[in-house]
Amino acid sequence: MAQTLLDKIWGAHVVKSIPGAGLDVFYIDKHLIHEVTSPQAFDEIEARGLPLFRKEQMVATADHNVPTKNQHLPIQEPLSRFQVDKLTENCAKHNIELYGLGHQNQGIVHVIGPELGLTQPGMTIVCGDSHTSTHGAFGAIAFGIGTSQVAQVMASQCLLLSKPKSMRITVEGDVRNGVTAKDIILYVISKLGTGGATGYFVEYAGSAFQALSMEGRMTVCNMSIEMGARGGMIAPDQTTFDYLKGRPFAPQGERWEQAVAYWSTLYTEEGASFDKEYFFDAQDIAPMITFGTNPGMGMAIDAVIPTDVPASEQASYSKSLNYMGFQPGESLLGKQIDYVFIGSCTNSRIEDLRQVAKFVQGKHKAPHVEAIIVPGSKLVEKQAIEEGIDKVLAEAGFELREPGCSACLAMNEDKIPAGAYCVSTSNRNFEGRQGPGSRTLLASPLVAAITAVEGKIVDITQYLN
Amino acid sequence: MEKFEILQSTAVPLPIENIDTDQIIPARFLKATSREGFGENLFRDWRFDNAGQPKADFVLNKGRYAGQILVAGKNFGCGSSREHAAWAIHDAGFKVVISSFFADIFKGNALNNGLLPLQVSDEVLERLFAQIEEDPQTKLVVNLVNQELEVPVWEERIPFAIDAYKKECMINGYDDIDFLVNQKEAIENYEKSRPWAY
Repeated sequence: MAQTLLDKIWGAHVVKSIPGAGLDVFYIDKHLIHEVTSPQAFDEIEARGLPLFRKEQMVATADHNVPTKNQHLPIQEPLSRFQVDKLTENCAKHNIELYGLGHQNQGIVHVIGPELGLTQPGMTIVCGDSHTSTHGAFGAIAFGIGTSQVAQVMASQCLLLSKPKSMRITVEGDVRNGVTAKDIILYVISKLGTGGATGYFVEYAGSAFQALSMEGRMTVCNMSIEMGARGGMIAPDQTTFDYLKGRPFAPQGERWEQAVAYWSTLYTEEGASFDKEYFFDAQDIAPMITFGTNPGMGMAIDAVIPTDVPASEQASYSKSLNYMGFQPGESLLGKQIDYVFIGSCTNSRIEDLRQVAKFVQGKHKAPHVEAIIVPGSKLVEKQAIEEGIDKVLAEAGFELREPGCSACLAMNEDKIPAGAYCVSTSNRNFEGRQGPGSRTLLASPLVAAITAVEGKIVDITQYLN
Repeated sequence: MEKFEILQSTAVPLPIENIDTDQIIPARFLKATSREGFGENLFRDWRFDNAGQPKADFVLNKGRYAGQILVAGKNFGCGSSREHAAWAIHDAGFKVVISSFFADIFKGNALNNGLLPLQVSDEVLERLFAQIEEDPQTKLVVNLVNQELEVPVWEERIPFAIDAYKKECMINGYDDIDFLVNQKEAIENYEKSRPWAY
């Protein structure tokens, strides 16, 4: 029978199936950990007297809780410092590779995995973070897990899982001017809704995804979880191989040739069937923005906030719009914005920074806007400095910080104040996500940059023409 | 893990859809390195104002509702994978969450912590909300062994589905780690025999 990409990679990682239970002992190639969701897992395996089964398949970084200013100094906030120190201590005790604060490879876990070549096609990758789906851009099965599962992988390098249902989302055609990877995925999520892919593993197919760079594909796969999907994946191709070649942890020499030969077999065969399929036309996608408190509440930037909501969803919809201070039927064009945040595992890579720099060069942010740009990793930061992006941003009034998750989830000091509006390139617009009472509008780096300069939401298509 | 067979309790209704794990436990409260104490900050920003004072209109502050069962709108637990959300709900004294739809990661996390995610139809969920609102003393009986939610006042027993293995684990207080560690030999054999290793 014709196999999907998911079938192939899943099948290659089944240690054994449990008869009658519908469960597989499922092998994990790479286990990424960070300071927030690992300490209780270390405690658990220690309490049970279990050793780490394959510590060489683990990589750690500090990202969620770290400050984005003065990283060379001790962390000021005591609880954050304690948690980051705990990670350092646990990694030292168990001899796990750690890219902690100050290390040249430090950064957001889903940025550093790909850029170091740790993420490869055909792999299974887990991390105690829902945006682990990012790594699926390479044609890997990558998904977020809870802390109990982090402990399971530490102890056995396996998880006990039932195979998810499969979904294919095909987008064909060329995108319109000003439409980026972020707009494509925000559009798809707005069509499926925030729970529309729950229980499924998504494969993104079609020319619109094939045309994306690896960084664009990462942005797409990153947000799979925002429609409930456990993960998202794109079949590896020449773009994937070109990106990986020469990266520090990518296979070298003869091993590289063998790897590419194997990776080239990882695609969905003609006639393979999916449990669910969706088809969209790339020409229907406009630059997007969200207006509510979940990522499914998105629309074209020049559209009006929908009024046709089913009666059963009305109460939650009203609660959401009330929180945002918006009305059904209202346009967001002209809305004054207080903050612009460019960063997060969704959009903090060098291409994102280049796009922002290209647009803001010779311009200046609006006086009332605070524009923060947080690179995804030390390597992205270094590259930005080498290319002079730091100077362009500084001249435009943007503040370039040091790497971390930052205001995406506001665990550190980077918080948006209550009531303030923030156009953010991150992945979640949940109530209080960027700080208690903060109001988040998700958008692409391009929309964010234009918003910062204008100080308000504008129709960027008009703007670019 | 605590064992779970049968629970009889009143319930707390939270008729909001798409409750994400950031609402259940905001990120700024994830700095602890143990599993305990997260219940204090359960639904923090819905329960308390910026000065830390309880908001009178939030269900947990009303005094009208109490119990070990949380009944919530569909797509409960979406968003972040933080297991702290399941810990917080359990730590606050809940043993069961009833909804018409659960996000995957939350569901798995709940099951790994002895917190039962019990899925009912949209219709049953609506009736439960109405029933609890009308009479907050309404008793519900969750029987995991028979896989039934009993609503005595309706004289109804509503069957619910659960993975057979997970049911076994909850009833006996086992978790996956015990099972997986016992698979060591099979795992090592797999590592030696697989066609492509990373």
